[in-house]
Amino acid sequence: MHDPHVILKVISKFLVPFIALFAFYVQFHGDFGPGGGFQAGVILAAAVILYALIFGLDAAKKAFPPSWIRIGMSLGVLLYGGTGVLTWILGGDFLSYGVLAHDPTHGQHYGIIAVELGVLCSVTTVMIAIFYAFGSRQPEVNEDNW
Amino acid sequence: MIIAFLSAVVLDSNLVWTEILQICLSCLAIASGLFFVLAGSIGVLRFPDFYTRLHAAGMTDTLGAELILIGLILQSGFTQTSLKLLMIGFFLLLTSPTATHAIAHSAHTANLKPKLGKHSFSKVQRDRS
Repeated sequence: MHDPHVILKVISKFLVPFIALFAFYVQFHGDFGPGGGFQAGVILAAAVILYALIFGLDAAKKAFPPSWIRIGMSLGVLLYGGTGVLTWILGGDFLSYGVLAHDPTHGQHYGIIAVELGVLCSVTTVMIAIFYAFGSRQPEVNEDNW
Repeated sequence: MIIAFLSAVVLDSNLVWTEILQICLSCLAIASGLFFVLAGSIGVLRFPDFYTRLHAAGMTDTLGAELILIGLILQSGFTQTSLKLLMIGFFLLLTSPTATHAIAHSAHTANLKPKLGKHSFSKVQRDRS
């Protein structure tokens, strides 16, 4: 019954949702303050990585399935590129957000939010993909041999 | 900081007494926080082995950072900034001892023996026998 990691488990179980919430705070500060999609994505991935470090890789793969990674990576690029193509279709240059709404300032706001959302998707899933790839590798040297 | 405080008191004659109290308390908190951080740094440099160094770093850094944050909260008053500082302090209060615990626990699991001085267990046993 005695678990040596009970303190770490309790504290990180408490902290993981706050880390994810802080990631979204950074995300939605991106268009008028310090922050943005990349930083938010890294923080959101850090929440999953902390969960994987404490509760094990299998529990993390249950919470964030590896099948989401491919979807997230391609969805992020699609959002980013799709915003650019949408501005083409609406008659502007590639990624010139001004044409997205009647008021160019509003259009720039919408465009930045869409692009940052794409960056968030891609960065989060790529970071988690790298961590999963390293974490699920079989150790080359046996535990007893060194 | 003390010079700034004194010049504020001397130059600005219509300071309310609550503001003077606020400045005094925040100066006191930041100064004592700096003292604890300094003591922790000296302890990390001068203590003999891993566990005592970790003790110096973990304990004093938590207290020092908390005191500095309390001082900054007192300086910024009743604003959104001080709410953010309060949350930073809360999470630091949770995570800093947890990190210290994790490091010390892993060192203990890896069979790192603490350095024992002249009152070591083996010497006490030898003296008894």
